[in-house]
Amino acid sequence: MTLMWIALLPLVGMLVPMVTASHGRRTCSLATAVLPALALLLMLAQLPALSSGEALRASVAWIPSLGLELAFRLDGLSVLFNLLILGIGLLILLYAHFYLAAEEPFGRFYAYLILFMASMVGIVMADNLILLWLYWELTSLSSFLLIGFWSHRSDARKGARMALTVTGAGGLALLAGLLLLGDMVGSYAMDDVLTGGEAILADPRYPVMLVLVLLGAFTKSAQFPFQFWLPHAMAAPTPVSAYLHSATMVKAGIFLMARLHPAIAGSELWSVVVSLIGMATMLYGAWFALLKTDLKGILAFSTVSHLGLITVLLGIGSPMAVLAALFHILNHASFKAALFMSAGIIDHEAGTRELGRLGGLRKAMPVTALLTTVAGAAMAGVPLLNGFISKEMFFTETLETPVLAGLSWVLPVLAALGGILSVAYSLRLVHAVFFKPAKADPPHTPHEPPWLMRAPVELLVTLCVVVGLAPVLAEGLLGLAVEAVLGAPLDFHLAIWHGLNLPLAMSALALVAGITAYWRHADLRHFHRGFSAVDARLVFEATLQCLGRWSEHSLKRFEGGSLQRYMSWLLFASLLMGSLGLARISGLTGPLGNQPIDGAVLLGAALLVFGGIATAVTHRFRLISLIMLSVVGLVVALTFARFSAPDLALTQLSVEVVTMILLMLALFFLPQKTPTESSNRRNLRDVVLASSLGLVVASLNYAVLTRDNSPISGFFLENSIPGGGGHNVVNVILVDFRGFDTLGEITVLALAGLAIFKLLNRLRLFMPHSDSEGRLWSPDRYPAVLTSISMALLPLALLVSAFIFLRGHNEPGGGFIAGLVTAVALILLYMARGVEWSQERLDFPYQPVAVAGVGIATLTGLGSWLFGYPFLTSAFGHFHLPLIGEFELATAMLFDLGVYLAVVGATLMILANLGKVTTVHRPAKEPKSEDNASPQRPRKETT
Amino acid sequence: MESLYAITTGVLTASGLYLVLRSRTFPVVVGLTLLSYAVNLFLFSMGGLTTDGAALINGVKEYADPLPQALVLTAIVIGFAMTAFVVILAMRARSEAGNDHVDGRKHEAGEGRR
Repeated sequence: MTLMWIALLPLVGMLVPMVTASHGRRTCSLATAVLPALALLLMLAQLPALSSGEALRASVAWIPSLGLELAFRLDGLSVLFNLLILGIGLLILLYAHFYLAAEEPFGRFYAYLILFMASMVGIVMADNLILLWLYWELTSLSSFLLIGFWSHRSDARKGARMALTVTGAGGLALLAGLLLLGDMVGSYAMDDVLTGGEAILADPRYPVMLVLVLLGAFTKSAQFPFQFWLPHAMAAPTPVSAYLHSATMVKAGIFLMARLHPAIAGSELWSVVVSLIGMATMLYGAWFALLKTDLKGILAFSTVSHLGLITVLLGIGSPMAVLAALFHILNHASFKAALFMSAGIIDHEAGTRELGRLGGLRKAMPVTALLTTVAGAAMAGVPLLNGFISKEMFFTETLETPVLAGLSWVLPVLAALGGILSVAYSLRLVHAVFFKPAKADPPHTPHEPPWLMRAPVELLVTLCVVVGLAPVLAEGLLGLAVEAVLGAPLDFHLAIWHGLNLPLAMSALALVAGITAYWRHADLRHFHRGFSAVDARLVFEATLQCLGRWSEHSLKRFEGGSLQRYMSWLLFASLLMGSLGLARISGLTGPLGNQPIDGAVLLGAALLVFGGIATAVTHRFRLISLIMLSVVGLVVALTFARFSAPDLALTQLSVEVVTMILLMLALFFLPQKTPTESSNRRNLRDVVLASSLGLVVASLNYAVLTRDNSPISGFFLENSIPGGGGHNVVNVILVDFRGFDTLGEITVLALAGLAIFKLLNRLRLFMPHSDSEGRLWSPDRYPAVLTSISMALLPLALLVSAFIFLRGHNEPGGGFIAGLVTAVALILLYMARGVEWSQERLDFPYQPVAVAGVGIATLTGLGSWLFGYPFLTSAFGHFHLPLIGEFELATAMLFDLGVYLAVVGATLMILANLGKVTTVHRPAKEPKSEDNASPQRPRKETT
Repeated sequence: MESLYAITTGVLTASGLYLVLRSRTFPVVVGLTLLSYAVNLFLFSMGGLTTDGAALINGVKEYADPLPQALVLTAIVIGFAMTAFVVILAMRARSEAGNDHVDGRKHEAGEGRR
């Protein structure tokens, strides 16, 4: 469980700065440091348990079906990286406390920083490939936030975007690679992967997987040719650069290669690709570090170079090379973080990072000068400092490796060249800033920073010296880490002096030639100027824009903003799928065959076919089309009645009435005729498409109807009375068996009503003053016959709906139908008497009715919880009342009441509100406005 | 009878789809309604075509399949809600865009008013 805390405490710690930011920077910084420090201490407390060489594990199932577990492990490698991430992270926090200007939002900055820290901790502790990848993506996102922290600066935004694009794209490749890897092993658990090396190497998909995983690692660790994002990420505040580019972000790729070393290394492909790419990166970075004039630019390229060095070592892959790689990770993190922070101090105190404007600073900042010089010397590989030892190990390994067979002399030569350049740029960095006389004055008068701001640098430089003098001290930690990578303990001894040998000679050569190179620096720059410069950012932006244009262009082919086109694509696709399905069944007519046709059915079918086709044909004359539609609707209701579905017939009939009123009302506000627009070709295409789909549907329907289907309805028929207490199975299904669906459905209904209510709000409408033929509306306001009939009909209709409602459980009927009947009766009143008249008498909004309906239904469902039953369990019983006799009550009835209210509320909300719109726009009784007034109710169009 | 039923469903589907492909909102709404009739008939028939066998437990031996009926019943009501929503949306679109084209296209003067 402690492991979970180590991994998750920093994540929780992200919230701390946001909460404490208002209490001043000092409190906020202190509070923010607490949780990461706690995580660090917890981890150190685990160290004794690790000495056996076995990793500690903790896991919680997350999505087992995907092989995803919230699993963490702590082994030597995780410890090494966690020390860097948490330890240097805390130092960075201290440094940032002084670095950020007073007005900057430090709370937000800390939150990003800790989020980043937490995601790095997650990467190094993940015990599951997918979890590792999730954290990997989280580092990409949080580093984006950090690099772009000064979002008012264009270079920060662009740098952040570039880093996100490159590392995010690499992350996708990595995901693919990890999925392949997990597939090869059959598990995403880290242990299975690490022990599955042989199976992985033998798998034919190995090269593809390796390339994908390496793409992820190389983009993250800024390896050639993806190195270009790192220098641009220097637009970040210096604490961020110091953190991301010394200890964390760019080391994630290195970590991945080390972590997966037992699983995916060990092939020739790995050695050649990784070591050559590493070498190229090392030389490229070193060369440009020598030429840059911006302090952070030099450091950025030197970081690229050192990452290349570590990659070469991992590519060589022998046990000692892995040890050297891990050791150099540690050393590089310490001196590079120190150098970045020094650069930040110089920038902070002198106001510039340009070498041209700096110089002679050793007088003004003697302590910083000393610290930077020592750290720079460590970077150059000067003896008695930590960088020297790991660099010597690097030289040794390049001499001994058999990677390039006959060409194996190439590696040491290139390594020595890298060493020379490294000495030269380190020397230049230190000399130009502190010792060379200044050419121009810096913007501020330089002075020493506050002691606490320098403290992290002092600590790190002390580490460089101590490890350099007594490398034995690092042996324990490295031993653990190298055992975690190799899977077996390695017997080794770190020493400063190995006697007079070739690596020592290479170091000496590097020192001498490096000093010479710096001395002849002007010549080098002259040589470099002979090449035309390529600005990585411009190339990147141009590529992105080109890609953007291309994708926009290709997207427009599909998504041009035309509904008709979308529909035709959609229908075409379903036609294809439907035909494919049909093509695979055996014979259209199934074993059941046809039932005999009778006259009524024939007539009904003829009416339906006629009505359907007529609706389509007359669609330009919308009123006629609508009347044809209503023919279809009515015959559909009859069809339901004919084929033993009385409930459906009743519902269809009442819905038909409401739909027609609705469409009539809507038609009043829409054009009465459709203009001729589609070309003949388009019409032909649509007819062909629609008819083919109609054919497919008809064939499907016929195929199903003539085959024996084994329905699951037996259960409902058997349990309707014992389980639901009702004889009408359809109703029992609605309010009981599938009550949850019905609840969802009436919620949708109520929502649709509310949405319509909202849509009608402040709607400006076109008010026609005559029909499409130019005839004015009839001046009769409300026909007397309709008025009197509707008055007489209302109580009758309400009575009928009560009757239908009550008997619904046992006979055709129920809440839906009763609700619709009530709604129709009330609407008839509105139509006969006008909105104003009805409004006075029915003076309440319908929204609460619909909401109350949904509420009652939900509460009925919740009620069963009170009795310890699942949601929506129904109960029923028979009761005896004197006079009335035996009768039955079921909770389903209450639920049905909710349905009833929801249907009435929603339907009236839709229709009454729409009706009201006409009244709002009618300029009442002023005779002048006759031109645009609509003195008649819209439904008169039908008469 | 089955073939007749299937043909009817097919014709209604085809007519509905043809209307759905039109360029003005009202025919599209009508088309959707027509299509929903067809779909309801189609779904309803999944339980087979039963004559004189309502799904009421009253001693009769042969029952119609109640499950498609319950599904279609809710589908009818939901269909109404959706039709209502779409048609009001069409009204709103006309009021905002000044025409009743499905893409809210700017149109020739004088058209779309009447």
